[in-house]
Amino acid sequence: MKVRNRRLSALAAVTLVASLALTACGGSDSDGGSDGASGGGGGGNTTVTFLPKNLGNPYFDTSSKGGKAAVEEFGGTFDEVGPDTASPDAQVQFINTAAQQGVNALVVSANDPEAICDALNEASDAGTKIVTFDSDTNPDCRDLFINQATADGIAKVQVDMIAEQIGDAGEVAILSAAANATNQNAWIDTMKKELEASHPNIKLVDTVYGDDDDQTSFDKTAALLQSHPNLKGIISPTTVGIAAAARYLSTSEYKGKVALTGLGTPNQMREYVKDGTVTEFALWNPEDLGYLAAYAAKALVDGDISGKEGDSFTAGKLGDFTVGADATVLLGEPYRFNKDNIDDFDF
Amino acid sequence: MSTATVDRPEGRATRTYPAYSRSLWRRVLLTREFAVIALLAIVYFYSNANVPAFDGPLTLYYLFLDIAPILLIALPMTLVIITGEIDLSVASVMGLSSALIGVLHADAGMSIPLAALVAIVVGAVCGAFNGFLVAYVGLPSLAVTIGTLALYRGIAQGLLGTKAITDFPEKWTDLAKERIFGDGSSYPMILIPFVILLVLFVWLLHFSTFGRGVFEIGLNDEAAHFSGVDVERTKFLLFVLAGAVSAFAGLYFTLRFGSARGDNANGLELQVIAAVLLGGVSIFGGRGALHGVVAGVILIGVISSAMRLQGETVNKINIVIGVLLVLSVISTTLLGWAQGFLSRRRRSSTPISGSSSEDGQRRQAAAATESTNER
Repeated sequence: MKVRNRRLSALAAVTLVASLALTACGGSDSDGGSDGASGGGGGGNTTVTFLPKNLGNPYFDTSSKGGKAAVEEFGGTFDEVGPDTASPDAQVQFINTAAQQGVNALVVSANDPEAICDALNEASDAGTKIVTFDSDTNPDCRDLFINQATADGIAKVQVDMIAEQIGDAGEVAILSAAANATNQNAWIDTMKKELEASHPNIKLVDTVYGDDDDQTSFDKTAALLQSHPNLKGIISPTTVGIAAAARYLSTSEYKGKVALTGLGTPNQMREYVKDGTVTEFALWNPEDLGYLAAYAAKALVDGDISGKEGDSFTAGKLGDFTVGADATVLLGEPYRFNKDNIDDFDF
Repeated sequence: MSTATVDRPEGRATRTYPAYSRSLWRRVLLTREFAVIALLAIVYFYSNANVPAFDGPLTLYYLFLDIAPILLIALPMTLVIITGEIDLSVASVMGLSSALIGVLHADAGMSIPLAALVAIVVGAVCGAFNGFLVAYVGLPSLAVTIGTLALYRGIAQGLLGTKAITDFPEKWTDLAKERIFGDGSSYPMILIPFVILLVLFVWLLHFSTFGRGVFEIGLNDEAAHFSGVDVERTKFLLFVLAGAVSAFAGLYFTLRFGSARGDNANGLELQVIAAVLLGGVSIFGGRGALHGVVAGVILIGVISSAMRLQGETVNKINIVIGVLLVLSVISTTLLGWAQGFLSRRRRSSTPISGSSSEDGQRRQAAAATESTNER
């Protein structure tokens, strides 16, 4: 008797759940029109949603700041959403949400080039324009990619900076990340060619690898300075490496005598720029990146560009941009940070 | 426990149990499970009316796609928790199954169904390993599955390293997102295997001898053993089921995102357990029902979906779900206290009101009947 009653209650409840689910479905289908209405509001008011790799990351806080400024300039509605950890499946839920909301444009930094593709395509089918920035997906999953910098640009700016800082002559060395790091190796190759071609008096004497580990990079810097007493400059094309090398130099006798430059972030490098260890280093400006991405999204939504090579649009204070091959827009030359501008940045 | 019955040997004795004096509608409506279902209905209709775009055609579709792995794994997890055990390794088994399907498909050239079959068998073996250590060696499941949580995840990441395998045939990745009744329908294909498993597990837990054994073990496994339940075999089978279903969920996860990674579904085990507990299953075992669990999973899904549409951050969503979970756990204690209090008051008005110790016994008896009746 007990068991039978229990079963009855279970059955009754299951029936209730089922009926709930079914009525719910009916409601959602018949109300489909309202979704279109919210999406159709794009005529005067462009809704742009930024989806960075994760929230609470200073780099993406800065890019979203730029995006927000741009959206406010052209009078749209800005929104920033994102997962708390940088995982692709968490990002998919936010892409789906954007598709449901029918936002006009979604600006994404992809956690995985493939895993978020289908979700992006679904959002695209729902009428949302897809712009990727910082980290791209497969080209067929988005309308436009905003590239922060090219390998050539990154290599060239570092060579230029070291040449300026050591007077275009003398011995330099490179402190890289891991020996098999794809990006760094590509940049180093380009840097070598650039040095040979344009700076014959600069001699690259050594390339060492700090494995993107703070302590290893620190030790390698010390060893580098001991084994090459005539060293005039160090290039570190990795944010971990340049910070560790700066930390070593700032407390050593070489401070101010051996130049250090490379790719770094303002927050890590601020104290070394201020105490004179480092004159200038480079990276792209994430704020400009977000700003450009928002304007590109706007241009797509308005139909000014379609993502075809040769299309051009104006991005507010940054000026005119032209779409390159593979529907890519290049932000420009890497941005140089020095003591005059470093306090304008917080990432 | 049987004191109450012994006190009144007449046939009418059973009538005095408070649980039996309640009418059918009370027994149906005044349960933890129904409270969750009611809350789900409230949240759903509130969101439908107030959250912009929640009533769109995509909401339920994405909702089901998102919660499908949790729905699937919650089924065996409910049974495992009702026996008083826990399985923390389910998400790692999902990751392992995902990595394995990727490796078998891309490197060994296996077709998806074959790779999936191998992965599910491996998942069952993983579960069997847990089950063996818990049931036959007698180790605490918390310790065992924390160990295998790390072990299986480690193997998964060892198989693939940091790379992801993404070249799955479109036929299969599309199938994972296919809708049942053609375009525009809110129900994805994954609900079909889920409903089949749901029917299977409802029968297993609520309508079979095996299921009665599951509850018996949760209440008291010694007593269950002496009343003829094969405690070891039951626990072992439940862990095997949990492993196999998790591997299947891993297959779905891989195909849905078209990406096999060692870190897929990281941390999902806690979402599953949270949903199961929210659905009214007691973490101490012996109490719970599947309709509550299914409602619990959907409730968490609806809340996160509605809050995401409102533009809330993940942290706020987690806070709401966390508070809800704590409230639901506290509510069991509060309800138990309230029921004990009410039945004591009712008792004290009957003519054979006795001393306080007798009173306590009655309350115990009432509580025992309550929990038996919950089945």
